[in-house]
Amino acid sequence: MKDWKKYVLNEKVIISLLSVLISLAVAAVVMLIIGKNPLVAYAALFYGAFGTKEAIIDNLMKTSPLILTGLAVGFGFRAGLFNIGANGQVIIGALLAAYVGTMVASYPFYLSIPLVMVAGMVGGALWAAIAGWLKAYRGAHEVITTIMLNYVATFIANYVVNGPFQAPGGVPKSPAIAYSAQFPNIMSVGATSLSTIIFVSLAAIVVIYVIIQKTTIGYEVKAVGFNPYAAEYGGISIGKNVVLAMAISGALAGLAGTTQVVGVYGRYFGALGGSMGFDGITIALIGQNDPIGIGLAAFLISSIRTGSNQMQIAGVPKDMVTIIQGIIIFLVATNRIIKTLRVRKRKEVAEV
Amino acid sequence: MDKKVDYSEYAVVMKGITKRFPGVLANDRVDLFVKKGEIHAIVGENGAGKTTLMNQLYGLIKPDDGKIYINGVETQINNPNDAISSKIGMVHQHFMLVDRLSVVENIVLGQEPVRGPFFALNRARKEIKDLSKKFGLIVDPDSIIEDMPVGMQQRVEIIKVLYRGAEILVLDEPTAVLTPQETNELFEVLKSLKFQGKTIIFITHKLNEVMAITESVTVMRLGRVTGVVKTSQTSPKELANMMVGREVLLTVEKNSAHPGDEILQVKDLVVKENRGIEAVRGLSLNVRSGEIVGIAGVAGNGQTELTEAITGLRKVESGKIIFKDQDITGFSPKKRREMGMGHIPEDRLKHGLIKTLPIYYNFILGEHDDPKFSDGIFLKIEDIKKFSETLVKRFDVRPPNIDLLGMNLSGGNQQKVIVAREIAFDPIFMVVSQPTRGLDVGAIEFIHKTLISMRDKGIGILLISMELEEIFSLSDRILTIYEGQIMGEVTPENTTTEAVGLMMAGHRLEDIHQEV
Amino acid sequence: MNEWIQAIFNVFTNPTFYKSTLTQSTPLILAALGGVFSETTGVTNIALEGIMLMGAFGGVMGSYFTGNPWYGLLLGTFFGVGMAALHAWASIKYGADQIISGTALILLAQGITGFALVELFGQPGSTDLVRSIPLVDLGSFKQVPFVGDIFGNLSPFVYIAFASVAFGWILIYKTKLGLRMRSVGNNPESADTLGVNVYNVRYFGVIMSGFFAALGGAYLSIGELGQFTTNMTNGRGFIALAAMIIGNWNPVGAMSASLLFGGATAFNNQLQSQSVLNLSTNTQYIFGMIPYIITLIVVGGLIGKSRAPSADGVPYIKE
Repeated sequence: MKDWKKYVLNEKVIISLLSVLISLAVAAVVMLIIGKNPLVAYAALFYGAFGTKEAIIDNLMKTSPLILTGLAVGFGFRAGLFNIGANGQVIIGALLAAYVGTMVASYPFYLSIPLVMVAGMVGGALWAAIAGWLKAYRGAHEVITTIMLNYVATFIANYVVNGPFQAPGGVPKSPAIAYSAQFPNIMSVGATSLSTIIFVSLAAIVVIYVIIQKTTIGYEVKAVGFNPYAAEYGGISIGKNVVLAMAISGALAGLAGTTQVVGVYGRYFGALGGSMGFDGITIALIGQNDPIGIGLAAFLISSIRTGSNQMQIAGVPKDMVTIIQGIIIFLVATNRIIKTLRVRKRKEVAEV
Repeated sequence: MDKKVDYSEYAVVMKGITKRFPGVLANDRVDLFVKKGEIHAIVGENGAGKTTLMNQLYGLIKPDDGKIYINGVETQINNPNDAISSKIGMVHQHFMLVDRLSVVENIVLGQEPVRGPFFALNRARKEIKDLSKKFGLIVDPDSIIEDMPVGMQQRVEIIKVLYRGAEILVLDEPTAVLTPQETNELFEVLKSLKFQGKTIIFITHKLNEVMAITESVTVMRLGRVTGVVKTSQTSPKELANMMVGREVLLTVEKNSAHPGDEILQVKDLVVKENRGIEAVRGLSLNVRSGEIVGIAGVAGNGQTELTEAITGLRKVESGKIIFKDQDITGFSPKKRREMGMGHIPEDRLKHGLIKTLPIYYNFILGEHDDPKFSDGIFLKIEDIKKFSETLVKRFDVRPPNIDLLGMNLSGGNQQKVIVAREIAFDPIFMVVSQPTRGLDVGAIEFIHKTLISMRDKGIGILLISMELEEIFSLSDRILTIYEGQIMGEVTPENTTTEAVGLMMAGHRLEDIHQEV
Repeated sequence: MNEWIQAIFNVFTNPTFYKSTLTQSTPLILAALGGVFSETTGVTNIALEGIMLMGAFGGVMGSYFTGNPWYGLLLGTFFGVGMAALHAWASIKYGADQIISGTALILLAQGITGFALVELFGQPGSTDLVRSIPLVDLGSFKQVPFVGDIFGNLSPFVYIAFASVAFGWILIYKTKLGLRMRSVGNNPESADTLGVNVYNVRYFGVIMSGFFAALGGAYLSIGELGQFTTNMTNGRGFIALAAMIIGNWNPVGAMSASLLFGGATAFNNQLQSQSVLNLSTNTQYIFGMIPYIITLIVVGGLIGKSRAPSADGVPYIKE
């Protein structure tokens, strides 16, 4: 990280920034068409995201799981895998964490918290590994398998929370987890609380960065992602690494779900996953699969979402945010290829 | 304004053709004159600009400068359709066929005969049969391309060109995939075409073929024309000189080998290729330390599957592979590497390097979890970089910057990285496939010298190459492979290229009358 | 055990099952055909889900504003083709990663339809009821036992779907354009050297995929229901992709696979309504999973036997 200036001003960062700016501009045009003032809308957005203490806390709390799903999808991309199944992995991870969370009431926190976290990561890892195995040993395209697994996960969750794992009272949610398994809050402002789970996400950024850049696992995953043939010739097992990469990716997504259970809701219920899985894709793309870029992108998307309520009050429907996201991905996809074509013709110093 | 020049005796004139790609001047004011009805060769090393020149004649790329005259008339060729209208046809080095479609579908593509909205294949089938007979190119119109042997695919390519009424045929390295006998058959076809008034332009780097069949030659080097001669008035040595710009050693100097014990034995090996057909059919061979065993053969006769089986990348149906007195038939590629088996793959960009990662990463591919470079979890990046710097110096990799990405190096330097990597981990045996494909003469000399010095150090080498000259100049023993079986074993001293050529075409050694 | 056998028997002997199979399969058949068109020319189009959604919404929108469902159909296909054109533009002209582009479009479709839903109809979730495409009433044929119940009163979409499959098959295998499509999808360089315009053929393939997928989506909204609800496609676009793969990228194969999926869903629904079995409402979730699990198994198990066009998903870049 010595030459951070070169890092910041490089081609990839510019593409992402440009994509976001253009997307906001296009959205502004749409707003004009429906007769709303984009400046007012964006001001509302900004205020909604940063204007009050509650807003900032809300923003950070939204960022936390997005960082994790962004890392999940980004890690998968590194291995050449398109993990669209983060949603399902979040759900399974959260379910398992919630389940274990109800069983650890008698344990002290330094046992129950790790147990619950591990349970959530294992849940997500296993769910993703199914798709990984199908790809590695059956050639099944992970886009289809992970999407199918998403639907199956949703059904499982609905069934479980409406039946065997239902809290008393007939509402579709799970019983609360034990107190010893819950993460404490740093501070609270009104109804919103900043939970310590934010540190989990930040730690994850560092851990993934180290894994990718400095470990043999990272080396093998990158090799398999960039050129599976050469990797195979070098003795690297493609099958093992595909499954492993999916598992790590799933573990991160599962962790996202887990943090929501242990830090925010204290239980599992239907809307817990939300769209954080799909958002992970946007974030990984904007962040160019780089852990730090992902962190920043997560904050960006989370800010937009947090502010969208205020924007809706100003008259622009919340779905505008989804549109903005779609445009950003679209631009990143198209731009990256153009820039890559240009860049390939010039000599380029290593960007690992 | 040019004064009016009469080019009417020439089928093709390309005057002052210049074509630039980013970073390289591929064609530099190239002039080409091809008389009507002659067979004309364009020779040069890889990267000389021959294919680029012909791609402009065929309209696949547009010249930055210069003019093209067909039969004396200045012509604009903006796309292949224009070329086809000017009666130019091109048979590319890498066949431009659609593998999943049939012969007739491939031939009519782009000029399909129709009946109303539907297409009328029967008419096309008849035309193809007629062309086949006329030029001696027999094919079955309904067979699917991917099921056909390479020699026959080439015939389809030629018919494709004739179907469109080509009078000027351009062939790009047509003999790269043929046995010596098939090459002779091709030459008969070309002579027949010439007899019927066609003009033929022939790109090659094989000088003996130039001498055998052409009438005049244009020599190119680094984008420029360095000589135009009549074949009858020149020699391979002179042509090589013009190609490279200096005296070229056409063979490698080497001492005789001192082979030791057997380190690799392959016994009755049967290996299937991707679609379930047997590619290696009961093959046996052995390699001793300190010797180079060359396998001669036309591409597609099981060499790829054989090397994949030996290196552990492909499952073996039956038979045994014994390495260092151990049965390694079921061992993983990793284990074989650990036992001392190295591999220089035939496709360096696809199998040898990760072109989007820096060179120092590529230097440790295969060794990345060795204690030298990793402590189990973490990579020792400093050590890896030091190691890479040493190798770059020792093997003169240019440019000597280990942070460059694999794809930023030239072919020759990429190959050096791969060779350096494989040698550096101290193997006792190497499988070397097509080591000099696509490389210029300087790089070829380097690789050859390196292989010989490896042999002299006691490493056993199994060399697979489609270049017969390379096999002859490097090998201590030559085995010929045909349809997955060994046709015979000879030494360079006690055989001839004709004999090996016959084996490459399917004759067993016992059946050939050899001349020593 | 006996109740299960009885229930299954009931389902198979009830014409509703067969009719339901047809209606459930119709959107899949159309969308899968769209996928075939696109991928035969070598362009992966996973945005089928998004295109279907746009088609569904356009259908309702057109019907709402003009009162005529046929204009709705027109608008729906217009939207679908437009979205496909975007995908074509990004993938063919710029060689963008086709999976990423497809994913972006799905997001865009969800965002746009959700957004427009609120803007135009005032509330999220679902639109007002609009006029749907009238069914084809076969008059007295309806009286024919069993067969009459199935075919007597079907939506024209069902007929369109099967006709489209025939059209697609003939086009791809029996015409000049079809030959070019197949060559471009397998070896675009070879086609290029013979003067075939690779880009144009691919554009055609992708645009047609937009047309058919939109048609499939429109059926969901104005085919019988007469309404648009948020994300009403609910994964059908992906199931259509699976059908395409199982069908080995062949229009007729894709149709058969779509019928299989449609049948599975119909079977599901019919089984659950059997009073012979005393099923709690919770089991709907278990049953709901089945089509998706089947897709998973099939995509995981059969892939060795089906072969995508060789150049599928690989952008063709002319030097």
